[in-house]
Amino acid sequence: MDPKLEEIKNSEEYKTLISERSKSKYFLSVLMLVVYYGFVLIIAFNPEFFATKIGMGHASLGIAVGLFVILFSFVITGIYVQKANKVLEPLTAKLHEKAGGE
Amino acid sequence: MENDFNIAAVSMFGIFVLFTLGITYWAAKKMTGTKNFYSAGGNITGFQNGLAIAGDYMSAASFLGISGLVFAAGFDGLIYSIGFLVGWPIILLLIAEPLRNLGKYTFADVACYRLQQKPTRILSACGTLATVALYLIAQMVGSGKLIQVLFGLDYMYAVIIVGTLMMVYVTFGGMIATTWVQIIKACLLLFGATLLAFLVLFHFNFNINELFGTAIEKHANGEGIMAPGGLVSDPISAISLGLALMFGTAGLPHILMRFFTVPDAKQAHRSVFYATGFIGYFYILTFIIGFGAIAFLLGNPDFLEDGKLIGGNNMAAIQLSSALGGDLMLGFISAVAFATILAVVSGLTLAGASAISHDLYANVFGGGKHDEKKELHISRMATIGLGIAAIVLGVIFEKQNVAFMVGLAFAIAASANFPILFLSMYWKKLTTRGAVIGGWAGLLTAVILVILGPIVWVDVFGNESPIFPYKYPALFSMVVAFVGIWLFSITDKSKTAKEEQEKFDEQYFRAQTGIGAEKAAKH
Repeated sequence: MDPKLEEIKNSEEYKTLISERSKSKYFLSVLMLVVYYGFVLIIAFNPEFFATKIGMGHASLGIAVGLFVILFSFVITGIYVQKANKVLEPLTAKLHEKAGGE
Repeated sequence: MENDFNIAAVSMFGIFVLFTLGITYWAAKKMTGTKNFYSAGGNITGFQNGLAIAGDYMSAASFLGISGLVFAAGFDGLIYSIGFLVGWPIILLLIAEPLRNLGKYTFADVACYRLQQKPTRILSACGTLATVALYLIAQMVGSGKLIQVLFGLDYMYAVIIVGTLMMVYVTFGGMIATTWVQIIKACLLLFGATLLAFLVLFHFNFNINELFGTAIEKHANGEGIMAPGGLVSDPISAISLGLALMFGTAGLPHILMRFFTVPDAKQAHRSVFYATGFIGYFYILTFIIGFGAIAFLLGNPDFLEDGKLIGGNNMAAIQLSSALGGDLMLGFISAVAFATILAVVSGLTLAGASAISHDLYANVFGGGKHDEKKELHISRMATIGLGIAAIVLGVIFEKQNVAFMVGLAFAIAASANFPILFLSMYWKKLTTRGAVIGGWAGLLTAVILVILGPIVWVDVFGNESPIFPYKYPALFSMVVAFVGIWLFSITDKSKTAKEEQEKFDEQYFRAQTGIGAEKAAKH
């Protein structure tokens, strides 16, 4: 590897970038997997549970949870993009500067 | 009635075609090199790409198919749409950035960053072509039948029209035209679906509870439509389907290709954010449309024949538009559905053509010589070849049951494309031998299990009972792929394997920072 790149790789910024990104990446991925497979496993093992009525009307728990999973997916992407814009991108930009404005 | 509606639908569709041909003409003038052809020069913004991705994903199959599924079974339709959606956060978190930072035009670029070109490209290209072909046939057959019902056009002509227009868009306009056709169609589809859902809710004074109540009253399953029903009857099927939908999305070549159309990783993850928003919103609309179709169409003799929906359940959204907005609305929604098919098959064809020209020709059989003009020429020839193949296969499969094809496409994407892509990005010990053996094993397992399963062995071949009991193979084929890749990588003690593993650190650095990545503009 190019010595200049080697230097960037050993820099504090790079280490912070990797640890910050890994933290949010893996945390959010695991959260998404838990929520989605939780939904799938309830359908698989206890479908009656989702037939439970909520509130006064006809809406069932399953439909409420389903809509929640849809919104949740969107929120997860929002959180990551927010984090990327605020924390990860500025760090990446610094590294690019070091690499010679590439 | 037939004639009036034909005029509205045909003229609106005609306007769409003229307009998109205009765009193709504009794009054709920019078609100077492979970069514009494969990736629109990398000049698409995150928001535009978000719309284009959503456009690729919101196929006629999801619009008509999911609203039809909700119409038929209520809640079960939601299982599919959620499965289709949850792949997106995973793509954002694990795939998008390294993909953009490491690749150039196809996902094989990423896998080949440190693995040997030839075997890896051939495998990736086969994974791509298998996925694309299955998807394409399903869309062609679906479009032929749809157009037959909507426009009263002969099936064969319908397939030829779709195939020809798609060849024109892609051959002359490459990724630039394909992207803009996709964006326009995404806007039309979102507008049309919003209007339809709005009309449904309007009739119920925006009281969703009343809509549910009426639907429960009219549907034969009654309260059953509010909870999981027969779609996934056992835990293994549920998990297997969930895996295929979630990870298959992350292995669809025509979707992955879109990440090379944006200038950098930042725009790449923005595009996923927008795409997830549009797709999620769209699926909520299809759910309302499906319930609206239950409420308005069931019990209405105008739309039923022997108690069944005219044209089949997939026509639920179309028939609903007629029930709510008359001929004009019907014409509009029909034209949107046709436009949707056209845009999606164009994206698929482009992905297939890239696998042939960029992966197979330029990097395997062309001997690595970089002659851009020749490569561009090959991609155009490949497009025409794929277009003709799509028309011929569309005609051959007219009377066949093609319902299994999109499912199989997702299973292959989840069991061959995704594992190779994912492990090449994150697992240092991956070697060419592991990737090739495991990847092929995953691909073949998916194909064989689908053939031996209930959908092909029983429904298509007409046998008594299936040899493999489950409809969805992903749980098994993904395990085969991952175990195969792992086993044949760690036991690979060759010199090249060692070199490949040593290159990982450099690759990881570039994947994470984008330093050295393909730039949008030429410097």
